[in-house]
Amino acid sequence: MNAKTHPGIRACFRLDYPGFSLDVDLDLPGRGVTALFGHSGSGKTTLLRAIAGLERVAGGRFTVNGETWQDEAEFRPTHRRSLGYVFQEASLFPHLSVQANLQYGQKRVPQAQRRVSLDQAVALLDIGHLLDRKPARLSGGERQRVGIARALATSPRLLLMDEPLAALDHALKQEILPYLERLHDELDIPVLYVSHAPDEVARLADHIVVMAGGRAVATGPLGDTLARLDLPIRLGEDAGVVLDAVVAARDEQWHLAHMEFAGGRLWVRDHGLPLGHRARVRILARDISLARTPHNGTSILNTLPAIVVESVDDAHPALTLVKLRVGESPLLARLTRRSAHALEIAPGQLLYVQIKAVALVG
Amino acid sequence: MLSDTDWSAIRLTLELASVTTALLLVIGTPIAWWLARTRSAWKGAVGAVVALPIVLPPTVIGFYLLVTMGPNGPVGQLTQSLGLGVLPFTFAGLVVASVFYSLPFVVQPIQNAFEAIGERPLEAAATLRASPIDSFFSVVLPLARPGYLTASVLGFAHTVGEFGVVLMIGGNIPDKTRVVSVQIYDHVEAMDYASAHWLSAGMVAFSFVVLLLLYTLNPSGRRA
Repeated sequence: MNAKTHPGIRACFRLDYPGFSLDVDLDLPGRGVTALFGHSGSGKTTLLRAIAGLERVAGGRFTVNGETWQDEAEFRPTHRRSLGYVFQEASLFPHLSVQANLQYGQKRVPQAQRRVSLDQAVALLDIGHLLDRKPARLSGGERQRVGIARALATSPRLLLMDEPLAALDHALKQEILPYLERLHDELDIPVLYVSHAPDEVARLADHIVVMAGGRAVATGPLGDTLARLDLPIRLGEDAGVVLDAVVAARDEQWHLAHMEFAGGRLWVRDHGLPLGHRARVRILARDISLARTPHNGTSILNTLPAIVVESVDDAHPALTLVKLRVGESPLLARLTRRSAHALEIAPGQLLYVQIKAVALVG
Repeated sequence: MLSDTDWSAIRLTLELASVTTALLLVIGTPIAWWLARTRSAWKGAVGAVVALPIVLPPTVIGFYLLVTMGPNGPVGQLTQSLGLGVLPFTFAGLVVASVFYSLPFVVQPIQNAFEAIGERPLEAAATLRASPIDSFFSVVLPLARPGYLTASVLGFAHTVGEFGVVLMIGGNIPDKTRVVSVQIYDHVEAMDYASAHWLSAGMVAFSFVVLLLLYTLNPSGRRA
């Protein structure tokens, strides 16, 4: 395929260090957020650094939406790749004010290539009141927001984010996530997002690459990939699915919203989203129980008919993970093997899923 | 009080220290950069050579410089063929000797500053389109400023305080190579303790003020 007309991201890197190797050949969508997900040591940060040219991988190939950054013939050094890079710690220049940090990258980009204005980046991350400060006088969350704005101000063709929230505590994480969602919604810049946190991935990613041992063990759209049972990487307590849904109705009396997804409707707590608003819901495998009949007289609001697709042993010998299908949407349920045995679970079986908790993410 | 020859020695000393420090900042920067960043097996050896003047008696440095820069030494041959004459017993010769003598006092603070900066700011600069040279001037130099201040002060003060090397390579020529430390030696030889006191006390005061400035002006910590 001609690289010039090939939309999307092609990454092919092979690297051998003592005790660590990276071997990936990826074909990723050229828009939206792609999460590089895996445990520490799985090679996801090394891959991101290779893509940025910070790690020089001989023989590597990388193309983003028709622009080649390296191949057999050419290696563009990092400063000649139109990328934005957000480090785990913001890595702002301590000798420069916030404003000068933001301008540092922008003024090095030719005028004709500037698509994101400084004002736009400042507004998007809501840092207008911080411009005169030195980085030392910013909170961790503010610093990271400035770091993201600084990367955006270079109008990158690809935004690389290396666990931008990992160094922040839970509260600060919640402070930043909405800004990342806004990026996703308002700018048409493809993002590669390295993370080991399933909740971030569930909230932000459209596409996921699961990394383990320096290899991409699974890649695909987020919903389908999370529901796969054959992944060698176990999400443990975080196994579950993410579904795209729309606010179909609101129950003012009980403060609930009815979310419609491909396969049914779910009641969730009403967060004030307007009717027709698109949002993601996340359902963890541990929050689902299965029954042969639809129960009455239960506190559980969401009960849906589902077909068993398959089941596999979970990490602990007492547990099993069951994949089901509700309409077109996959669900994962975790139950004890004893319960699975009692229900005589088999592919094709009709069961009722009782969903104890549904989280609205993003 | 101070005689004309004393003043002349002071002027010469300050001139020598200024020229030497300026040269050392230029020469020391690439050496410090290389030492701070290299993974070469030569790092230890080069670092040791740079540090030699700290432990060697100044007379040893002076002796070898005298031999190499003298009429029959390799550097002497070169300077003569270039029509520059020989360097020993000239101001230029003193400058060359001082550069060697004070090298570690300039290189090491700068090297420490470079090492403290680490890789990350350079990587951040590269992701913001700055070429390596660009990021050296826009990021590394400003961040290494405290190291440069220390290096300048130590290089200057150490050059002012040199004696053995000067005696070996410069001799004791008024207005050309007779610096303060040599002048004090002359006064003591001549049993003129009063004049020796004036100059010596001046040196003590000068050194104290310089170090005081260094310790008060230089911020002890930086935050990233």
